[in-house]
Amino acid sequence: MTESTIPGTGAAVAARPSSQAAAALRKRRYAADTRLRVAGLTAILAAVGMLGLLLWTIVSQGLPAFTQTHVRLDFPLSAELVDPADLEATNWRAVVTGGLNAALGETASPAQQRLLSQIITNNAQFIVRDAVRANPSLVGSSITLSVPAADPFDGLNKGQVLRDVPEANRRVSDAQIAWFDQLSAQGRVTAPFNWGLFFNADSRFPEMAGLAGAITGSFYLLLVCFLISFPVGIASAIYLEEFAPKNRWTDLIEVNINNLAAMPSIVYGLLGLAVFIQIFGAPRSAPLSGGLVLSLMVLPTIIISTRAALKAIPPSIREAALGMGASKHQVVMQHVLPLAMPGILTGTIIGMAQALGETAPLLLIGMNAFVTSPPGGILDASTSLPTQIFIWADSPERGFVSRTSAAIMVLLGFLLFMNAIAIYLRSKLERRW
Amino acid sequence: MDATLGMAKTTETAGAPLIQSEINHATPVRARDVVVHYGTKQALFGVSIDIPERSVTAFIGPSGCGKSTFLRCINRMNDTIVGCKVTGKIELEGADIYDPSLDVVELRARVGMVFQKPNPFPKSIYDNVAYGPKIHGLAQSKSALDEIVHSSLRKAGLWNEVKDRLNEPGTGLSGGQQQRLCIARAIAVGPEVILMDEPCSALDPIATAIVEELIDELRENYTIVIVTHSMQQAARVSQKTAFFHLGKLIEEGKTEDIFTNPKHKQTQDYITGRIG
Amino acid sequence: MPATLNEHIVTSYEDELIDLNKSISEMGGMVEQAITEGAMALLKLDHVQAQNVRTFDAQIDQMQQRINDSVVSIIARRQPMAADLRMVVTAIQVANDLERTGDMAKQLAKRTLQLENLGLAPKFYNGVKHMKDLVSRQLQAALDAYLTRDSKAAVEVCNHDDEIDAIYNSLFRELLTYMMEDPRNITQCTHLLFCAKSLERVGDHATNIAEAAYYLETGRHLGADEQQRAPR
Repeated sequence: MTESTIPGTGAAVAARPSSQAAAALRKRRYAADTRLRVAGLTAILAAVGMLGLLLWTIVSQGLPAFTQTHVRLDFPLSAELVDPADLEATNWRAVVTGGLNAALGETASPAQQRLLSQIITNNAQFIVRDAVRANPSLVGSSITLSVPAADPFDGLNKGQVLRDVPEANRRVSDAQIAWFDQLSAQGRVTAPFNWGLFFNADSRFPEMAGLAGAITGSFYLLLVCFLISFPVGIASAIYLEEFAPKNRWTDLIEVNINNLAAMPSIVYGLLGLAVFIQIFGAPRSAPLSGGLVLSLMVLPTIIISTRAALKAIPPSIREAALGMGASKHQVVMQHVLPLAMPGILTGTIIGMAQALGETAPLLLIGMNAFVTSPPGGILDASTSLPTQIFIWADSPERGFVSRTSAAIMVLLGFLLFMNAIAIYLRSKLERRW
Repeated sequence: MDATLGMAKTTETAGAPLIQSEINHATPVRARDVVVHYGTKQALFGVSIDIPERSVTAFIGPSGCGKSTFLRCINRMNDTIVGCKVTGKIELEGADIYDPSLDVVELRARVGMVFQKPNPFPKSIYDNVAYGPKIHGLAQSKSALDEIVHSSLRKAGLWNEVKDRLNEPGTGLSGGQQQRLCIARAIAVGPEVILMDEPCSALDPIATAIVEELIDELRENYTIVIVTHSMQQAARVSQKTAFFHLGKLIEEGKTEDIFTNPKHKQTQDYITGRIG
Repeated sequence: MPATLNEHIVTSYEDELIDLNKSISEMGGMVEQAITEGAMALLKLDHVQAQNVRTFDAQIDQMQQRINDSVVSIIARRQPMAADLRMVVTAIQVANDLERTGDMAKQLAKRTLQLENLGLAPKFYNGVKHMKDLVSRQLQAALDAYLTRDSKAAVEVCNHDDEIDAIYNSLFRELLTYMMEDPRNITQCTHLLFCAKSLERVGDHATNIAEAAYYLETGRHLGADEQQRAPR
């Protein structure tokens, strides 16, 4: 090969691939290759490292919130304290104190009594009340219940509150620590999985606060958002892609849709506040209003991804159907749309995931309200997962720090789940059989 | 003698009715002065041709010569292209197909089309063939539909190869089988004319030969128009050949004459592989 | 039909067609030479020349095979169309006619070897000489018409074929007269009669070549285009 003359060369003989100059050039080219590879690898490692750091922070902070310290106490239900006929009038606080006293012995002063009752959650009285209400025959004997420890003692049990800190600088007194240790020595302190995180609604007390309201709220939000944006988005995309004439107006619409997809989401919140709530009178803080706003925000994403999916269908399929005498409607509904479905569904789920994680517009329409019960429908006041995170992140109690991270983990879990569904649908439906 | 000499018409007489005295058939498709514009670009310059019944007419010519454009005018597939404007007249059995009162869906049932790339629907073999009869309401019952599907597959010479797997996807067949499936799909609606746009360009020589054999058989019952880049193929399958160049119909005539003794220099240069 | 054709896009194809044409031309030259030398050997009763013509025929046969092979190869590899197709098909025909013509020259040489011991009176072969000149001219004109793709010249050649027939007929009568005059002449004159017949056949082959030239150029058969020919 190298021996043969190079055809077409004039007076100047071209350098051969085996020459010194060519070899030097090759070396430089390989060096450039290596530099590019190293740069890319570095960037990837940096990105993965930062992501890892973020995840590690969240997980290490959030994991403790998945267990909750409980104190098992026997609450005496003497007839003089509890009147089975009128449970509402019972001084449940006294019953709770009685339970603590039964475990630790009588304490004299009311001040000490108050300190003692701070060990378990302030809501213990309601827990006991509900238990008795469910089983009134217990009145006269006693009831054994595991009640959540108050936030500082939960922290103490998990090692977040340090004993060697001077007493003045911590939220638990030496006396309280002594009592807690005593309870612990009696085997009354346990730390089971924190189901309350998922089944309790929001609360002022971290040990009682859960995500039930936020999860239900997010579910209703996504429901409303999906029901509006999916049909509207697909219909618009089909019209734009298959029917609309290509002229200045459709160009303008296309540019606007693309711009809307890049719009800061808080603008949608302002729109929702101004239009849906103030003009149409949609209920504030309700999933209906939030869903409407989110559907506006998700529409461009769905339209764009649907159009891309429709565009990706090979024209040969359209031609085949048209050539058979199929009408435009038949071509779209019987051939193009079914083939585009995997792409459309993927785009929709990505859009829904985006809506699930959206915070700013929901803050504007008041979905960061403090709501202590899960919403019963789309018109009830509610929070959503991201706004709940926002609320908790704002709360001063120590327990909310780890609960915020835990809520973030839950949100990330839902997002991963939705993305997994998108990937599954794509691989399952896209199989061209 | 003069009749023989004047048989292959050239563009000098374009626009005048071209009665094919040699090919003793009716002409279901007649085109007169067909002009096509894509936006501002003119793609066809006054094409007039008669397509004889129950025979194969081949359109040959270099890429971009307008042969496919003209073919797609015959079943109005160009309607789907934005900015495409067709003037002139194309008649199918005496009726102008560009008449506003004509139903394009019906036209496409009467003038079937087979495309360059085999494009079966991603459905079962049965559903591919049954699709046309279903949307046009040609079968009153399931058994009638079965009969249409079976006979179409038989006519397309595919029956023996697929009879045991009618419910398997059409896309799982080989390229040649897919193309014959597309032909079966086209003939299932009982068209009068079948247009084929380079039907063998994606096939290997054996599959090509099978499809060509099929085209030759279909000629007994259908009027076939085929666009092909392969002059050998045009020579093999067609009875009439038309040569297009730069949007004009340069020459048309009996295939034997075009390939042994073309009248026009451009035709001669093209079919002998000379720089024209 | 265009008078001049552009070159093929594939130059090797063009080269093959040019080579084929050259081979025909070369073979034509060989055959013309064979006829001339065969006739000369006959008229001079030249033993050596006659032997040469006989061996030369083998070369002509080889040439024909070479032309046939290259035609088969062109058809198989190039699928010639239109004018190119007519060119390769007529090349086979012309090569065949030339080969037959070469055989006729060989016939003349064989007769020469048989007449050698008998001797010839000049009056016997004057007619044959005249006929040989005319036939050579016809053959040359036909080959020229073929190689230059001149359909008019080809028609001319065909129209002149009648002259050869006329000469043959008068020669036939003349030799018959000699035989009737003196039965001792019968052997020589019969041999000469066969030679004249051979030359007449060469004229027919020349006509065939001219017809091939006409078909090559026009794509039509001369036989069908009767009006092109002069009235008989």
